Amino acid sequence: MSYLDHVLAHLRKDLRIEWRTKDSINGMLFFTLLVTVVFSLAFDPTAYPSIARQISGGLLWVGLLFAAMTALNQSWARELRNGSLEAQRLAPSPASALFIGKALANFLFVTAVELILAPVFTLFYNLHPLGDAWMLAIIMPLGTWALVCNGTFFAALGLRARNRELLLPLLLFPITMPCLLAAVQATTAVLTGDFPATLWLKVLIAYAIIFTTVCVLTFDLILQAD
Amino acid sequence: MKKSSKLAPISLVVCLVVMAIGFDKAMTAPTEATMGNLYRVFFYHFPHTILSFLFPYLNCGASLLYLVWRKSNPERAAKADAFAIASCEITVLYTTIGLATGMLWGRAAWGIWWTWDARLTTYLLLWLLYVSYLLLRRMSHSTSTALLAAVLGIFAAVDIPICFESIRWWRTQHPAPVFGGGSDAGIDPSMYSAVWWNLIAFALWGAFLLGCRYALERRRQALDEASAYDLLDAQEVR
Repeated sequence: MSYLDHVLAHLRKDLRIEWRTKDSINGMLFFTLLVTVVFSLAFDPTAYPSIARQISGGLLWVGLLFAAMTALNQSWARELRNGSLEAQRLAPSPASALFIGKALANFLFVTAVELILAPVFTLFYNLHPLGDAWMLAIIMPLGTWALVCNGTFFAALGLRARNRELLLPLLLFPITMPCLLAAVQATTAVLTGDFPATLWLKVLIAYAIIFTTVCVLTFDLILQAD
Repeated sequence: MKKSSKLAPISLVVCLVVMAIGFDKAMTAPTEATMGNLYRVFFYHFPHTILSFLFPYLNCGASLLYLVWRKSNPERAAKADAFAIASCEITVLYTTIGLATGMLWGRAAWGIWWTWDARLTTYLLLWLLYVSYLLLRRMSHSTSTALLAAVLGIFAAVDIPICFESIRWWRTQHPAPVFGGGSDAGIDPSMYSAVWWNLIAFALWGAFLLGCRYALERRRQALDEASAYDLLDAQEVR
């Protein structure tokens, strides 16, 4: 089997498990929906259209970050059942293939949530982007990938710790803040059209490349830690 | 242990002498034109912030060495791990002082304690990163703690250049770089000696604290090891 086959095998396995239970997607969807409603209660966005435009980029990403957090621990906890993580460690496939497969699966889940949520979000907050809306097609996947890639990594890192549910946000938030900032700013730039999104997009691209590399290089250490 | 315990009092004395000279220079330097005596906090703000960008790299270096020696040379790996803990704690300490002096200065110069501009935000981020490192060490109690912390140390170090370059990338409320900035950057030459003496003083002080913390951590490791061996012996007797 080539490296790509290993990655695809892991990805297929994760997708199949999710397809049968639909735990992560349902959880994330309902969670982000709740966040959207809670924020709209707090800020009443329809009454102030320009403020809604300015804050909704931030609200969207914060909602997605929190939602992803609920699914990330779950995605590794599955592997702990029946000792299948131990089997992964013994398997001849490279550790980074497992990581990329799982990160891709999580990426697809969060993207699915985004696709379902985007119309709801636009409707609730009365949004119509004033900037180049097509840029969202680059910003959203890129930001999601940067978020999910680090999230998958740190969920694995805290897997064996006491209270891992608490540890994940504590570790992930500081690391992921530059990416969150860039994603929020780029999205806001598109929604308001006040300033160009290119600088923040560059930060996002650099962040995604650097941290994906570090994750892939160090995942073997994390998996073999005992 | 013997050599270092003899060295400690001497280095403490050297540190205190240099710090005293630095304090004298800082207090006798000419008063600044626009800010008056207030600017003297600069002589403490600057060394602490500059050094708090240095210690994280020591942490990263020690983390990498830990990963290299982990299997081949456990004794050296333990030393690297102790050094990583020590340098992380000094990072948090210096960053805290950098933040505190910066806020004192900001309150007086800008009229506000805090503003979310790129430099301040990324600096707070540096603090958060290394606090999360300490939290990981505290929350994961197992044999793999050192390994996980070493990996986190590498991740955190990758974030620092983003922070360091922030005042060059974005136009911020925080002043532009004083040293190595543009043509109108820099300070009056009469203040140089105060800046350099304090920089050296706090570098020495940081190194001294680092050495103490390292020795402490090494002793804790030795104690852990001894108690583990005692436990094994007790089991064998049974």
